[in-house]
Amino acid sequence: MQEECLLTMRGIVKRFPGVLALNGVDFTLREGEIHALMGENGAGKSTLIKVLTGVYQMDGGEIKVDGKKIVIRSPQDAQDHGISTVYQEITLCPNLTVAENMFIGRENGPMVRRKANEKRADEILNKLGIPARSTQQLGDCSLAVQQMVAIARAVDMQCKVLILDEPTSSLDDKEVQMLFGLMRDLKSRGVGIIFVTHFLEQVYEVSDRITVLRNGELVGEYLTEELPQVQLVSKMIGKELEELSSLGDAEEKNDKDAEVFYEAEGLSSSEAMPFDFTVRKGEVNGFTGLLGSGRSESVRAIFGADKVNGGTVKIKGKPAKITRPIDAMKHGIGYLAEDRKRDGIIAELSVRENIILALQVMNGMFRPISRSESEAFADEYIKVLNIKTASRETPVGSLSGGNQQKVILARWLLTHPDYLILDEPTRGIDVGTKLEIQKLVLKLAEEGVSVTFISSEVEEMLRTCSRLIVMRDRHIVGELTGSDLNQTKVMKTIAGGEAQ
Amino acid sequence: MKEKMKAFFAAFLRLCKRIGAFFGRVCKNLMDGGMAIPIIALLLLVVFNLIRDPGFFGIGIQHNNDGNVVLAGNIISIINGASELAILAMGMTLVTAACGGQDISVGAAAAIAGSAFVKVLKASSSISGGTVVLAFVCSCIVAMIFAAFNGTLVAVFKIQPMIATLILYTCGRSIAYWINGGATPTVSSPIISGIGSFIPGIPVPTPVIIVAIMTILFGLLFRFTSLRLFTQSVGVNGSAARLNGINSTFIKLLSFIILGVCVSVAGCIGVSRLGLINHETLLIDIEMDAILAVAIGGNSLGGGRFRISGSIIGAYVIQMLTITLYAMRVSSTDVKAYKAIVIILLVVIGSPVVKEKFGKFMTRLVHGRKRVSAKGAEE
Repeated sequence: MQEECLLTMRGIVKRFPGVLALNGVDFTLREGEIHALMGENGAGKSTLIKVLTGVYQMDGGEIKVDGKKIVIRSPQDAQDHGISTVYQEITLCPNLTVAENMFIGRENGPMVRRKANEKRADEILNKLGIPARSTQQLGDCSLAVQQMVAIARAVDMQCKVLILDEPTSSLDDKEVQMLFGLMRDLKSRGVGIIFVTHFLEQVYEVSDRITVLRNGELVGEYLTEELPQVQLVSKMIGKELEELSSLGDAEEKNDKDAEVFYEAEGLSSSEAMPFDFTVRKGEVNGFTGLLGSGRSESVRAIFGADKVNGGTVKIKGKPAKITRPIDAMKHGIGYLAEDRKRDGIIAELSVRENIILALQVMNGMFRPISRSESEAFADEYIKVLNIKTASRETPVGSLSGGNQQKVILARWLLTHPDYLILDEPTRGIDVGTKLEIQKLVLKLAEEGVSVTFISSEVEEMLRTCSRLIVMRDRHIVGELTGSDLNQTKVMKTIAGGEAQ
Repeated sequence: MKEKMKAFFAAFLRLCKRIGAFFGRVCKNLMDGGMAIPIIALLLLVVFNLIRDPGFFGIGIQHNNDGNVVLAGNIISIINGASELAILAMGMTLVTAACGGQDISVGAAAAIAGSAFVKVLKASSSISGGTVVLAFVCSCIVAMIFAAFNGTLVAVFKIQPMIATLILYTCGRSIAYWINGGATPTVSSPIISGIGSFIPGIPVPTPVIIVAIMTILFGLLFRFTSLRLFTQSVGVNGSAARLNGINSTFIKLLSFIILGVCVSVAGCIGVSRLGLINHETLLIDIEMDAILAVAIGGNSLGGGRFRISGSIIGAYVIQMLTITLYAMRVSSTDVKAYKAIVIILLVVIGSPVVKEKFGKFMTRLVHGRKRVSAKGAEE
């Protein structure tokens, strides 16, 4: 080993009730390297980071810093061992100055030496080339600079290991380049950086090594230059390329001749880049791409969930204006949101109230669904979708995840939509329910309902969709139909593999 | 004969079972909806008063000054005295549910509404029924405009309700002062005193009847619109409500405007009781009692699920407490302190912490010594 090992984690185990979040994971960080930690949602990245920073206590394994075994019980312990973290959301105080932010909580004694701190802050900022003054209010700086101030704070605390958790997710291209410059500078000073991100391109631009986790297990550690993007994607998703090729093609469905239900041109929202998109009657299509690729943002734009900025929309050939969810609903579009807890269920309300909600909104305030009618609706869908609940009056928050999801599905089915958008309907729910939902999607399509289906599991999408729109870094990079619908092709497109 | 007896007995048993089941269901519904605390508090106060003075709840029939036959007694004065509070508590419940915060300007707004009421009454030479209706409508419109101001700050500008309504709380009584031209104008008319006390021929105090009418109106509102579902959805999960097409800004604004109507009704009752408008003292400090009534009624002050009936009972609990203390010859300065003690108890008992502890205690009682694990999955 030519470089010094700064940090070694061996056989890390972390259990949560009912889940083995980390199963004997190894991780090594060398002096002066940028090491990307990769994996899809639930792979165990953030758990590993939290074990390292003392947020969680590990249940097994050992951590060594500079060859010495250490025990990390709290974030303070981690800090004392030279491990600093900069989180995705900036955790500094925007109403304090840059210098105050850099030294807050680190005063020796009750006196704050303002002048001295400001001088020291300016020195560090200069040294690292961060375009900020120590007396500036942090809130006046751009997000990138705020991010950098957080890093400067960490650096000044003599950190040897710097953890950057999704630092670029709210930065634009120029700001990302500024941040990368700082990272390379720190690297040359011997700091080891752990870089967590979802952006593949950034990993290849800046990192030296990649460690891939999947389902709480270590997949492997690779030199960045020796691991092509396609390989990385397949390692993250968990299918070897050869194995993938041998899988049969998805069932072919031909609905190219069906009439067009929805047509968008240059549609964009506050969150989504402009895109074109067409939906045919009775078609099941899907948006795929890694997390953060913009697939959710795009379908949210279709439903008017975010502020729509531009583009033209036609429904059944007629121009339509969809700027709010209610507009979309009136045009027969339903949307099951990605974040079930935040955007889906009304936890304190009963199963019955949750089921009738969307239909009631469409009926309007002055045409309430009568109690007996709503009970009948609830009972019907509890039976049809096999929702397991103590009664129709049980608060939906006390149901299991899968059953909550079914309640929201019932809510939209009750509105008899022409077009249903399902964003991650199967996330975090058991296999049986997953299959039920997939079957339901296919059944709906047979009945002439168009469905857009999003899932992190490519396999699931191949099984249900006849057309896949592939997104990368917020742009549509491909559209796959027919014989192109196989894992190899999907992954190549996700990774930008055509060129390779 | 024997057969007949048997059949009769069986029918009787069935009937008993049915009645039992009905009351069981009613009780269960009341308890599930968080109504247990206000009802138990009310019952405890009743029992306490009965022990202290068995004649406390006696209702007498008297002739008042106008020669009407009217009901009198402590219970009547409690129910009568709580009228304004009960009406404000109804509106406050709706605002609380939709916005997750409270309107602290209702007392000041009621002074404005009352002043507008008197202003219109004074403008006409003789006070007829029509004038009173007109005056009430004007007062309503004024109160709704001020409520819309509050509502806009909360719903459109997303200012915390307490902060937003602090503005009107501070300046409301000054505005009332301007409307009154600095005086405390009086109105004397049999119609006004009829609204404030008794209508000839009806032995029940008019404010009590108005509360009943308001309760029925709220009942109809929830029966014939889906306001309850929408308000609760907005209060529980605004983000999900929006994605289901609910216009949460409108719902919040509407809750304030409905409260505005309640404010106007309460203000007009207050004015009618005295036959004058004193902008400094009309319904003074009532906002805090109204918020308390909502809390005692088992409604979460953070918004979401609500029960108007709970708040109404809460209002009567507060009034009963006050009257009980007065009946015990506690001086009016001390009453507030004693009230505070009881209210601390009620609120702590109703707090989620105590409820959870109590729930665990009950589970342990039911399931023996099995340990109840509270550890949930963190991810």
